[in-house]
Amino acid sequence: MQTGREITDGSGTRTVSEYLTFTLGKEEYGIDILKVQEIRGYDAVTHIANAPEFIKGVVNLRGVIVPIVDMRIKFKLGEPTYNEFTVVIIMNVLERIIGMVVDGVSDVVALSPEQIRAAPEMGSSMDTDYITGLGTLNDQMLILVDIERLMSSEEMQVMEQAA
Amino acid sequence: MNHQDPTMLGINTARFNLMFFEECGEHLAEMERILVSLDNGEPNDEQLDAIFRAAHSIKGGAGMFGFQDMILVTHILESLLDKMRNNEITFSPSMIDLFLEAGDVISMQLSGHRDGSEVRQEAVDLICSKLQLVIEGGGAAVASESACLPAEVLHGNIVTDCSAPSADTTVHRYELTFAPDPDIFKRGVRLENLLADLEELGMLTVHAQVNVPSDFSTFDPEECITSWRLCLETSASVADIRDIFIFVADADQLQVLDVTDGTSATGQTAEYEETAPFGFQTEEDSLAPAPSADHPGIVTTGRRAYDKNETTPAAYGRRAGDAESSIRVGVTKVDQLINQVGELVITQLMLAQTAAELDPVLYEHLHRSLLQLERNTRDLQQSVMSMRLVPISIVFSRFPRLVRELAAKLGKQVELKTIGDTTELDKGLIEKITDPLTHLVRNCMDHGLETPEARIAAGKKSGGTITLRASQLGGRIVIDVIDDGAGLNRDKILRKAAERGIPASDSMSDEDVWHLIFSPGFSTADAVTDISGRGVGMDVVLRNVQSINGKVDISSEPGKGTRITISLPLTLAILDGLSVAVGKEKFIIPLNSIIESLQPTVENLKTVNGENVVNIRGDYLPIIPLYELFNMDSLVKEPEKGVLILVDADGEKAAVLVDALLDEHQVVIKSMETNYRKVDGTAGATILGDGRVALILDVNSLLQMRKQNIAYS
Repeated sequence: MQTGREITDGSGTRTVSEYLTFTLGKEEYGIDILKVQEIRGYDAVTHIANAPEFIKGVVNLRGVIVPIVDMRIKFKLGEPTYNEFTVVIIMNVLERIIGMVVDGVSDVVALSPEQIRAAPEMGSSMDTDYITGLGTLNDQMLILVDIERLMSSEEMQVMEQAA
Repeated sequence: MNHQDPTMLGINTARFNLMFFEECGEHLAEMERILVSLDNGEPNDEQLDAIFRAAHSIKGGAGMFGFQDMILVTHILESLLDKMRNNEITFSPSMIDLFLEAGDVISMQLSGHRDGSEVRQEAVDLICSKLQLVIEGGGAAVASESACLPAEVLHGNIVTDCSAPSADTTVHRYELTFAPDPDIFKRGVRLENLLADLEELGMLTVHAQVNVPSDFSTFDPEECITSWRLCLETSASVADIRDIFIFVADADQLQVLDVTDGTSATGQTAEYEETAPFGFQTEEDSLAPAPSADHPGIVTTGRRAYDKNETTPAAYGRRAGDAESSIRVGVTKVDQLINQVGELVITQLMLAQTAAELDPVLYEHLHRSLLQLERNTRDLQQSVMSMRLVPISIVFSRFPRLVRELAAKLGKQVELKTIGDTTELDKGLIEKITDPLTHLVRNCMDHGLETPEARIAAGKKSGGTITLRASQLGGRIVIDVIDDGAGLNRDKILRKAAERGIPASDSMSDEDVWHLIFSPGFSTADAVTDISGRGVGMDVVLRNVQSINGKVDISSEPGKGTRITISLPLTLAILDGLSVAVGKEKFIIPLNSIIESLQPTVENLKTVNGENVVNIRGDYLPIIPLYELFNMDSLVKEPEKGVLILVDADGEKAAVLVDALLDEHQVVIKSMETNYRKVDGTAGATILGDGRVALILDVNSLLQMRKQNIAYS
């Protein structure tokens, strides 16, 4: 299994990064594979009082209390359903453990720099700084997300803000 | 000792530093304990030796890690102590304060190295000069004014022979015979370092004599069968040479003979014994004649001898031989173990729940095994929990000195008694209870106890008593701070309360009046002193104790004294709670904030400004519907259909409305902040028997939330 972040290909000079790809509604996303701890099913979430809607609650992950966020609600991507196929990606973000509900996990792909394009300016109401680029793979577009930046943003309310 | 530069070794010394800091702290505490226990009396040889060993060990350790500033202070302290041991300087009571002060300075330097806190150099210089003055004054009264420090001390150029009676520069020729214990290597002694140290003193020639074993079949290659004859030409004194051997050789294993011109020049440092044959020795005992006290020539023999069985922490190098009674383990490791055992308990509960659905007859074996598992896990949990427990004597031992100094400052005679020193409580609690207890003791001494004159006038003996008593009562630890002083003055408290605008009335019960002293900004002291009386204090004591789920009670009788009782949970990690259901969720309410629970009748329910209240035996209490506060679905919206739980938060009472009561639990508290953030109204979370997470409610914060909600709407 490839775990190294930088893999040199034949010429030995270019570097590629590996991403875990998953779907949210109809969109395909990718996050740095090294941030992923494990993938598990969705169950037994304890609701947190007065938390935003996209924070589903907390679960017991082998004795550790882990918050679960549902990015489908946050990004307003389709109707969130919860069944036996619903998947939670458990991630290590800034020395914290956070779970993210997704519609499905697809693959682990390696992308070289020339496969990654800059993200267009959206000018939308939402801060999109966390999108590091758009990857192209077999005519598919991947939205590459800097998960640390996303999870630590004030909007997510996952972490205590310094201020 | 400083010939091993830690940075040269190229290894991470942080871990060893940490060990040094801990050991150094222990030595300082030991030193302080002995000094305070002297109570201005003269220390006996044993106590003096113990203090000396502590200072010497700190110096040794500091040298190994290159903390020059600490070496400087400890060296002077050690020199002074050494002179006292040799009766060159006579003891005077003021020295105790001087030594305590020196201990404080070393402790300040220690925390400077450990935490990077500020080290006040002038204090260091002052204590050095004070100590130096005593050394030079040969035991004259401890000078109070600071003197100029000798230049060599200031610049770290410690003269090696400054412990010698007079700096003697004539070169002496010593013959040393050293016949170590056979197990010296097992104790980890490095003889090459020892010899290198000797060589630093002067010209050294070494002859080794090997005791050839008669029977190779029983020969242990790890045993030392060698003895040494050393010739040293140096200007150092016998004491300096013995210093090098202090942790290595007992007095009877080392002989130092001054052979300069065959006779001694000073007559004091040399030892005249029957010239022991330097030849091969078969019996160790014959090497050294037992030192006898009436032999004038061997005054210095055995001056650093210590009992072979003594397990002083200072005697490193001898440690391995002694049976170790404890090991040092990081708190994080213990916590990790506690977490894992907590998990095991939950797993066991889940198994038990599943098995309960199985036919007890068909699955008899399974049920029996599960019962066994339950017992074992409980035992395991108890053992693991007890690892975090430490005796309260750690806190109590701070007080003798505090009381001593304060008593002197206040001009009062105070005796401190401690009872139940061995009572154990959680390490985390120990850290949090120290400050409140210190404050209470200071208060007792300042306000509680009267001056000797006032006490005699009141028909009491002139010296007051403060008693610290710890005991375990059920699942709680109870700590009493008792004084036999004047007691609290009801009228005075009520008057002060009125002055400060604290709500109070003359009809209040005594107990309620006593609790007024916990109000912020309250002080009955007539004069504000630097000890207490500023009115910041008792409220902080209360807050600190409450922050660890503790309670404070006061009882007082005029003229007889005051008793302040702190009661604490056994551990911070576990909480007794009641689980309640609201909608599909379960919550835990800490048992210590619950007064009672009841199902209200329609007649008891009233509304005030549209807010529900409940009449409980004449009191109208606000109802807090949990579903409303937490914005969640609930089966029960009307108070008369649910259960009301009466809670007490800092004396403020309220009734929390829930759907149903479920069970009483002991739960392991887990932090929400580790991976998420603080949740309003909760004090953390726990994992229930079914593996689900339940939030633990914080009653104080619930009441706050309700007030805010009302303010917004």
